[in-house]
Amino acid sequence: MSLPLDFAWPLTGGILIGLAAVLMLWLLGRITGISGILWTSLVETDRHWRLAFVAGLILGPLLAHYFLNLPIPESGGRNWPLIIVAGLLVGFGTRLGSGCTSGHGVCGLGRRSPRSLSATLTFMATGIITVFIVRHLLAA
Amino acid sequence: MTQLIALICGTLFGIGLAISGMTDTHKVQGFLDLFGAWDPALVFVMGGAVVTTFIGFHFVQKLTRPTFADKFSLPTNTSIDKPLLIGAALFGIGWGLYGYCPGPAIASLAYFRPESAVFVVAMVTGMWVEKLWRERSI
Repeated sequence: MSLPLDFAWPLTGGILIGLAAVLMLWLLGRITGISGILWTSLVETDRHWRLAFVAGLILGPLLAHYFLNLPIPESGGRNWPLIIVAGLLVGFGTRLGSGCTSGHGVCGLGRRSPRSLSATLTFMATGIITVFIVRHLLAA
Repeated sequence: MTQLIALICGTLFGIGLAISGMTDTHKVQGFLDLFGAWDPALVFVMGGAVVTTFIGFHFVQKLTRPTFADKFSLPTNTSIDKPLLIGAALFGIGWGLYGYCPGPAIASLAYFRPESAVFVVAMVTGMWVEKLWRERSI
């Protein structure tokens, strides 16, 4: 385990994510909230830039893994009921709560929005509690 | 031009997700496993991203308008209300259950695995259910 290298990729990736969000606001005047962009790319009339952004989200990892020769992450498993319940909760929750890790976390905190800070602390807390229950209470 | 910029920004964002480890559900769950074998690596993802937006937005918000659009489209709702907190709480549960939030779920479609596709379809279905539910309750 080499500490600097373990954190170099996450840090570089994080800065790239932040840079993409800054460019979106600077050039297009838009907040980079993925859940919102995904949903409105499916239902709204002004959807072409959103579809382009979503296409980029898929193109990015293809380029990254191909050119940097990074290993593809292990699958999270194929427990289909779990995947479906998790996906439904993420979709329903991000729409009801008006944002996800990108809109509230990366952009909202960057804008110093108390509303986004409350949302971020809430989903971090329930995420941590959920992992605790699944890994340590149910698995025991 | 708008589409091209969005494509480039989406690609940058997607590269960031892939190299940072956010598309690895095990790493994300390890990050959320605060009371177990905690993996702090993703603190650096969030930290790097937020420090960048914090500094970058500071300068961008001094501009009168964005370069390629008429105006800034910023959220206007500032209230910390029930839908915000309940929505965020449900999202966090789903995030913890499988380790995907929306961005990494979409980005992981690049790995051509059925589990990513099923997750994204379920996620969009959840968004659609929320729309129906919201319309009913108005």
